[in-house]
Amino acid sequence: MILDLARFLNTERPYWEELNELLDRIDRDRFERLTLQQVTRLEYLYQRTASALARLSTFSAEPKTTEFLESLVARAYAECHPNRVASQRFHPIHWFFKTFPRTFRKHSRAFVLSVALTLAGTAFGWGVIAADSSAKSVILPFSQLLGSPTERVKQEESAKTDRLSGKKQTFSAQLMTNNIRVSLLTFALGATWGLGTVIMLFYNGVILGAVAVDYIYAGQIQFLLGWLLPHGVIEIPAILVAGQSGFVLASALIGWGESSTKRARLRSVLPDVLTLAGGFGVMLVWAGIVEAFVSQYHYPVLPYSWKIAFGLVELTLLTTFLSRAGKV
Amino acid sequence: MTATPNAVVIETPEGVRFALPLAGVVARFLALIIDLLAIATIGSVLEKIAAVIGAVSPDSMAAVTILGYFAIIIGYGIVFEWIWHGQTPGKRVLSLRVMDANGLKLQASQIAVRNLMRAIDSLPGSYLVGGMAVLLTKRHQRLGDMVANTIVIQQHRLALPDLMRLNLDEKFNSLTSVPHLAARLRQQITPDLVELAYQSLLRRDELESDVKLEVFRLLADRFRALVKFPDEITAGLTDERYVRNALQIALTSASSRALRTTH
Repeated sequence: MILDLARFLNTERPYWEELNELLDRIDRDRFERLTLQQVTRLEYLYQRTASALARLSTFSAEPKTTEFLESLVARAYAECHPNRVASQRFHPIHWFFKTFPRTFRKHSRAFVLSVALTLAGTAFGWGVIAADSSAKSVILPFSQLLGSPTERVKQEESAKTDRLSGKKQTFSAQLMTNNIRVSLLTFALGATWGLGTVIMLFYNGVILGAVAVDYIYAGQIQFLLGWLLPHGVIEIPAILVAGQSGFVLASALIGWGESSTKRARLRSVLPDVLTLAGGFGVMLVWAGIVEAFVSQYHYPVLPYSWKIAFGLVELTLLTTFLSRAGKV
Repeated sequence: MTATPNAVVIETPEGVRFALPLAGVVARFLALIIDLLAIATIGSVLEKIAAVIGAVSPDSMAAVTILGYFAIIIGYGIVFEWIWHGQTPGKRVLSLRVMDANGLKLQASQIAVRNLMRAIDSLPGSYLVGGMAVLLTKRHQRLGDMVANTIVIQQHRLALPDLMRLNLDEKFNSLTSVPHLAARLRQQITPDLVELAYQSLLRRDELESDVKLEVFRLLADRFRALVKFPDEITAGLTDERYVRNALQIALTSASSRALRTTH
């Protein structure tokens, strides 16, 4: 109970001003590290101000000062109370070669679900085109895929000029940004309890199945593999990882069989979904480079056997990386 | 932690309660517009840099522009909110700040995830999903905030009121000569009335004389309605003096008033 508000304010005011100044200083420079003495002082000032707020709250006749102290205590509280573990310095090499594959394996069930949904979509797309090839115009979003595969192969193989000459980098940048955008959406749709992620993966599978069956029925298996494998063996798993991160998020939201609160579950998966998002981002950068600089060049510029071998080597390396890297 | 319509109230382990006032949808939308303008400005700088590269390779220029814009759009919120403790330029202009929903220190993963979730919040255009979520949720959170467990608060830089400016104890306070009535007044006075009296006294010089008389007459009547002091005590007191004396009783203790009047 404060008996004399004016005197109380006079005594405490210098401490509040000091705390305000210290918090302003922390606000101004993110990278400044406080000394042990400053941290101790910050803690003391916070405790003192919080105590003043508690005492002042019983004295309802001074709302402005209470309001001021609330804002000060709120700022100091955030600085004095750690949020889970303390932040660790980010090491990109360690993150990519150890944290990412470990996180991938930790949530392997979500990845298997991504694969299953994509395969279901592929089977659906395959079935639809096999039953009615005119459905291509409904299913496939890209106009360049609507024509005859045989005609396209003939055109590509007889091309005398490089159609991407002078715009390979631009094309590569467009592929990267577009694929990352779609993958981010696939991940973010995990917030719809995974429903949006399911639709995205299934639809992606439908397109894949429709394209594959179109080329296979036209007898262009070699072209299809040479065209898709170099970038597809990275791009498709990247989208599956995006789906995986979406399902990890959805799983934390739904929380089947979990006793912890939704907030606690989300807090615990945030670093993992972020790692998976970063991982698929890196994979899609590589896929974008390969698609622009390798996949678009066909026989006789690049032999199919070479392209298929390149794709298989990438797939082997990716599988080894995701299954073995970071193991202790 | 509880959420009132416009604030999140947090109780610390020490038992202290404080409120974080939530930012409204209009303030957040205005902050977003400022941020979009800032992104456009950074983008125009990027284009100028890319134009230099374009002199050597137009292909590289286009690639740098595409990748640069993409990086700016994705990274703008993440970088600023991390460096500026939950603020972007738009949020700073409007005194908004992203906070952990429990009032704790904001983590880098929370900042990154809430910004990456813009992919869904911005659907189907003009942040319709995010805007609707802010309007409909108790803590005014868009989907990114819900996933990252963050809130956006209105953080006004409040100044500490200076009670000494009023010189409340400069003259003898006749109301204190009836201690039991003074104590009753102190007990019955409401925060709103104290605030009104305090602000009116602070701004007395800004008021026209007839307005000033009317304001203090109304205030004094409200104080008189709380406790009736004997006429011989209040005789000769102007309304303003009455309000000043009542405020002194509200804000200072009997012992210190007694001490001051003897000096």
